[in-house]
Amino acid sequence: MERKDQTITFLVNNKPDVLARIAGVFSARSFNIESISANITMNPEITKIIIVTRGDTATVTKIKNQTKKLVDILEVSHLKEKSSLQREMILVKVKLTNENRGKVMEIIKDYNCRLITLEANHCVLEATGNKNEVKNILKRLERLGIEDLSRSGILAL
Amino acid sequence: MKLKGPQIFTKTLREEGVEIIFGFPGGAVLDIYDQIYKENFPHILVRHEQGAAHAADGYARSSGKVGVCLVTSGPGATNTVTGIATAYMDSVPMVIFTGQVTSPTIGTDAFQEADITGITRPCTKHNFLVRNIEDLAKTIKEAFYIARSGRPGPVLVDLPKDIMQSETEYKESNSLKLSFTEPKYLPDAKQLQQALELIKKAKRPLLLVGGGIILGRATNELKEFAEKTKIPVTATLMGLGAFPGTHPLWLGMPGMHGTYYANMAICNCDLMITIGTRFSDRVTGKTSTFASNAKIIHIDIDAASINKNVLADIPIISDAKSALQEMNQSLDQDHFAVNEEENKKWLDQIAEWKAYAPLTSYSEGDKIKPQKVIETLYKLTKGEAIIATEVGQNQMWSALYYHFDYPNTFLSSGGLGTMGYGFPAAIGAQVAFPDKTVVDIAGDGSIQMNIQELATAVNYKLPVKIVILNNGYLGMVRQWQELFYEKRYSHSDISQIPDFVKLAEAYGAVGLRATKPEEVEPTLKKGLNIPNTVVMDFHVEREEGVFPMVKPGTSLSETKLKKEELS
Repeated sequence: MERKDQTITFLVNNKPDVLARIAGVFSARSFNIESISANITMNPEITKIIIVTRGDTATVTKIKNQTKKLVDILEVSHLKEKSSLQREMILVKVKLTNENRGKVMEIIKDYNCRLITLEANHCVLEATGNKNEVKNILKRLERLGIEDLSRSGILAL
Repeated sequence: MKLKGPQIFTKTLREEGVEIIFGFPGGAVLDIYDQIYKENFPHILVRHEQGAAHAADGYARSSGKVGVCLVTSGPGATNTVTGIATAYMDSVPMVIFTGQVTSPTIGTDAFQEADITGITRPCTKHNFLVRNIEDLAKTIKEAFYIARSGRPGPVLVDLPKDIMQSETEYKESNSLKLSFTEPKYLPDAKQLQQALELIKKAKRPLLLVGGGIILGRATNELKEFAEKTKIPVTATLMGLGAFPGTHPLWLGMPGMHGTYYANMAICNCDLMITIGTRFSDRVTGKTSTFASNAKIIHIDIDAASINKNVLADIPIISDAKSALQEMNQSLDQDHFAVNEEENKKWLDQIAEWKAYAPLTSYSEGDKIKPQKVIETLYKLTKGEAIIATEVGQNQMWSALYYHFDYPNTFLSSGGLGTMGYGFPAAIGAQVAFPDKTVVDIAGDGSIQMNIQELATAVNYKLPVKIVILNNGYLGMVRQWQELFYEKRYSHSDISQIPDFVKLAEAYGAVGLRATKPEEVEPTLKKGLNIPNTVVMDFHVEREEGVFPMVKPGTSLSETKLKKEELS
């Protein structure tokens, strides 16, 4: 069975310990969380948690079955990569020099990034995209000198 | 009507039908204990909180009701964790109330503070921290609901002291709106039909059942199904008592220390109907070779247990009773009849395996054989006692040599394998059934893990009988060291043990000792007839092993009947 990134969404009651319970199932059953994001839905009493894990479809079934048993879980869904929309956001602090300044601006333009701050020696840019887009941006920026990086969890619909 | 926390606590418990609490007081729960005192609410004071949890567990397993325990915050709460995890692994309905420090001091490392909801998250079905007095009654009702519904399990409710000291307008519980609705666990009709088709075609079918039959109160339906289809039955450790241990179709327990014939039946069956069991590694041996010639029908209330360890050809999510009832009904409507010729061939083959390796094949000498003690106990109690066990050799010998005919009569820590479980569990069972014979079968190692509960048993005049199979070793550890560690008995010799007779007497119980084979029956007879807590210390053959045995990681087909075959 092929091991690959699997995206699972959880609709849960908005209670303080629900995330810990879900994370607990992952750790207790030896499933790794590659990425996680959580926030309330249109209904503030319900939170959507999106977790990316690595594994095959059998792994996903096990995770779904084990987490469905938790009391505050309302719904668990497996999002297929092809039929879902997946986005990630990054904030990147890039070193600026006279030599790379032009290339950084080029990347910002190519990928529709937002320039959040611009100072003499570095800038911070924001970008969103799917897995490949983010990977490509980071690959290009890495050559120029990344000073700091924050990535959000995957958002998916 | 305005009520304070402890009043709501006892009122709600009474509404839930709680007849007894097992507990131990402390600072954070003194208000509740004051209410228990004022109302004279039935309560058993144990000597250690682990004992409270196991006693509530034994009460629940023997009676089928929800077991309840109450302990204080911090160490009181953490001492219950082993008992909670034990109940969780074996799906036992329990509600555990823990005291907590006051709300403003939670998270400040206050005196006797422990994050018990955090600690028990992985070993409870659910847990609650009550944050408002208004939520107290509803939370307690929900805890009982969750504990007993679906696949049962322990639920913990953490009660901060200040919340319990406050008061609120009390609403009758029937006006409370719970967040949960009754789940339905009925089998899918199409899958059930497919299962029946396989059953009708099978030439060598086998039933493998587990604790789900007992928890689901489906023993009558199972017997009806097995007799209708003439399918032989094997049951896991947790399933002992689900099918009569003296029935002609009974094969005994399978697995690591299962009977030879149950294991051979698993290896050779062409259809396995599995109900209410989760394919523990102790049952399957090497999973890749488990029932490799068979199609597998797996019926379980817990979807997560299906395809977890062994892949099912027909997975059916259902409670055991509904599935068996529907299958029995369908077989009636179809005028189902077994193929007599094929059935005879299969049962004859099983009879051959039974004759080749009967359980009675252990050798008797001038030392007491532990197997003999249990067989004699079975004979004297006519199989009608409630048997609790500790964990290790004593547990396996009990499973093999006491033939369980009735459900809820075998109390043993199957999943977690908790030494120290049996005696407090027996206390819980004796509280539930004051007039029944309740016996804890123990090793000299495991009995010492909760021996302080002798005070509890004596205090409440609970006539629990403790049968110690005393071999001066941590017996199962020694057996593994003998077989797999070239007899390097690293820290398994515990022959420096107390004089159990004197110890019993020190606690106010009765102590008896037997050292020769001819003393076994008279000692048991005497002990069983004394209407008091009795400790019977049987000095058994020191290096007796539990056989049959399947070496860990190997196939059930490699079941060994004696140690020479393993080394």
